[in-house]
Amino acid sequence: MVGYFFLLCFLQLIGEAIVYLFHLPIPGPVIGMALLLIGLIIKKGLPEGLDQSTGTILRYLSLLFVPAGVGVIQHFELIRDEWLPITVSVVFATLLTIAFSGLLMKLMDRANG
Amino acid sequence: MDKFYDLWQHLAHSPLLGLCLTLGCFVISDWFYKKCKLSPLANPVLLSVVMVSLILWLTKTNYQTYFEGAKYIHFLLGPATVALAVPLYKNLHYVKASLIPIALTILLGGLFAILSGVGIAALLGASQTTLLSLAPKSVTAPVAMGLSEVIGGTPSLTAVLVILCGIIGAIFGGAVLTLVGVKDKKARGIAIGIASHGIGTARKLTIDEKTGAFAGLGMGLNALVTAIMLPLLMLLWRTFAG
Repeated sequence: MVGYFFLLCFLQLIGEAIVYLFHLPIPGPVIGMALLLIGLIIKKGLPEGLDQSTGTILRYLSLLFVPAGVGVIQHFELIRDEWLPITVSVVFATLLTIAFSGLLMKLMDRANG
Repeated sequence: MDKFYDLWQHLAHSPLLGLCLTLGCFVISDWFYKKCKLSPLANPVLLSVVMVSLILWLTKTNYQTYFEGAKYIHFLLGPATVALAVPLYKNLHYVKASLIPIALTILLGGLFAILSGVGIAALLGASQTTLLSLAPKSVTAPVAMGLSEVIGGTPSLTAVLVILCGIIGAIFGGAVLTLVGVKDKKARGIAIGIASHGIGTARKLTIDEKTGAFAGLGMGLNALVTAIMLPLLMLLWRTFAG
């Protein structure tokens, strides 16, 4: 468990190093995710311990968003001043994106057979 | 009451308070979510954020003080993003089977998310800071915050907008998909993952594993695609708009 947690942190660390060295616009954790995926594909198998450790972290994924969400109190004034564009954009763009992507996937998957 | 305030001020100096506040509110919200039979309206992220914000406001505690403790939880978003490679790997055979539809949906859906979000806000007169902070709103928080910084937005504002989009998608996304007639779990999952990242995925994971896995896939790939696409879009925009 600790070993796999180290692996996740270490891959993020390598990701951050790659971003810094090559001046990439991609965030470090995404590089870490890509590295882990490539590693699993090369290894052709998922260690049970890794499956369990990542399962534990991802089960409580919702919790991890709370501290950033509370940041809303810092931007209270900006949100009050621009509440209309922010609310309409967040609500409608999100729901339109869901409808658009869902329909697109459905149509293309049908065409694909 | 003064005594309580003194005590609170004293405790607020330690990271323990922010940590306990976050965990405690989440435990209550998660319990309530389960009590409501996982109704999307009882979204645990929304409930926790509202509870913590109210307590901070009532006790006049500022965000920096709270974050001294909460940062230990926030920090885990990085390793959690790396961990997303696992559900992605587990569903690799589904991905291989419909590689082109998935790739095109994520590419076009990701682009649609950016353009619709920024477009609607621009039409309604949002400031440039808001527009730049809104652009990465459909991507998972750690990636979105990194992108916001790269393109000149405000990362902490982006984080809030990202979470709002996640909550909206988690609450209403399923109903919207049913309304437009998308029943396939693969398509439902990917659509939620593209627009509502981790919070949508967390919601779907509690409802149905396959839908959740595809939401994770949509979120992970959209993070990757948007992370590459958004800085390029900005470059194009700056070149042509002067």
